[in-house]
Order: sequence, then structure tokens, then C-alpha cells
Amino acid sequence: MSFLVETIISILLVFGGIFLLVGSIGLARLPDIYTRLHAPTKASTLGISGVLIASMIYHSVHTGTFSVNELLITLFLLITAPVAANMIAKTALHQDTKAIERTKGQELMETIKERRAPTLSEEQTDTTQENKQV
Amino acid sequence: MLDWALFIVAIFICIALFLNLWRLMVGPKLSDRILALDTMYINTIALLMLYGIHMGTSLYFEAALLIAMLGFVSTAALCKYLLRGDIIE
Repeated sequence: MSFLVETIISILLVFGGIFLLVGSIGLARLPDIYTRLHAPTKASTLGISGVLIASMIYHSVHTGTFSVNELLITLFLLITAPVAANMIAKTALHQDTKAIERTKGQELMETIKERRAPTLSEEQTDTTQENKQV
Repeated sequence: MLDWALFIVAIFICIALFLNLWRLMVGPKLSDRILALDTMYINTIALLMLYGIHMGTSLYFEAALLIAMLGFVSTAALCKYLLRGDIIE
């Protein structure tokens, strides 16, 4: 394996490892669930992409044939991470988890939780608009 | 150089897994624990890929793919159960 290829693989691996570590530190240190959701879904996804692309280059060079197997996992994770984050945020809203004081637009949380789009009755629509104006 | 990179990144991912484990045990609400578990799946995939590079075999690719798929499905199932009280309605 040539020096150049080894350098590229090492840089991609370290890049991915740093982003995975940053995502997990964010998960451990941020103050509430709504901020905590940001770290693993964005930083960790980028980090795992780096590691998987490094693995793809390594196996392509190692076996001599072009292999795109790892791209499958990368694409799958890039598609599913936002979906999982959305479902976790919905679960947190459903369980009445409080956000930290500084969060803006907290008066909308009740409305968001109870919103049943697209079939709103007229009364509910009015309350929704009132809440949005506040 | 590749060996050193593998070693350093493995240490990073082990620290990350310990932080996830801490959040999994401490996490004040159930949604925090689900999020920690989801992140642990991702870190486990990275660790498996590193081991695959270290051993020079692509055998661990299938295991990583299985973990990715089952991880997403289990997160979705847990969230669905907490949201609706049922998984398949």
C-alpha cells in the first residue's frame, strides 16, 4: 500500500474519530433533551461517514477491486438519522419534557404537541393562530 | 502510520462509548436513554469497521450493516411504543 493512500485513510479515520467523540461529548454535556438531540444526529453521522469511507478506500486498495459496500451503510445512516431524531423529539414532547429556560417559543410547545394536521376543527385552528401570534 | 491512526481512533471511540453508557444510566427521561442507545449503535459500527481494517478482512461489513438496520428499527419501535402505546396498529 502506497504512502499516499495510507495518509488519506489515516486522515479520514482521525477526522471521523474526532467527530464521533465530539458527538458523544455533546450527548453527555448538553443541558436538556432538545439540545442533546443535535450532537449525535449531526456530528456522529458525519464521523461515521468518515470512518466508513476510510474503510471503503482501504478494502478497495487491499483487494484490488472497487468495493462500494460501505457506501450502503453510509447512505442508510444518512437517511435514518433524521427520522430517528424526529421520533425521539416527538417522544420527548409527548412525555412533557421541559426545555431549559433560555429556549425561545416555549409557549408553542403545547400547541405543537396537540396539533393534529391536516384535519383541524375551526376552534382548534383559532387557538393555534392565537398561540402563534403570542 | 495506519496502525497509529487505528489505535488513536479506537481510543476515541471507546471514550465515546463510555460517555454514551453514562448517559444511558443517568439520563433523566426515557427519551434520553433511547438517544444514548441510538448513539451507541453508531459508535459500535465504527468500532467494528476499525476492527475490520485492522484484521484486513471485509467480513465485518455484514455485521455492521445488520447493526445499522436493527438499530434504526429498534429506535423506531421504542419511540412508537412510547408515543402510541402500540408498535403496529
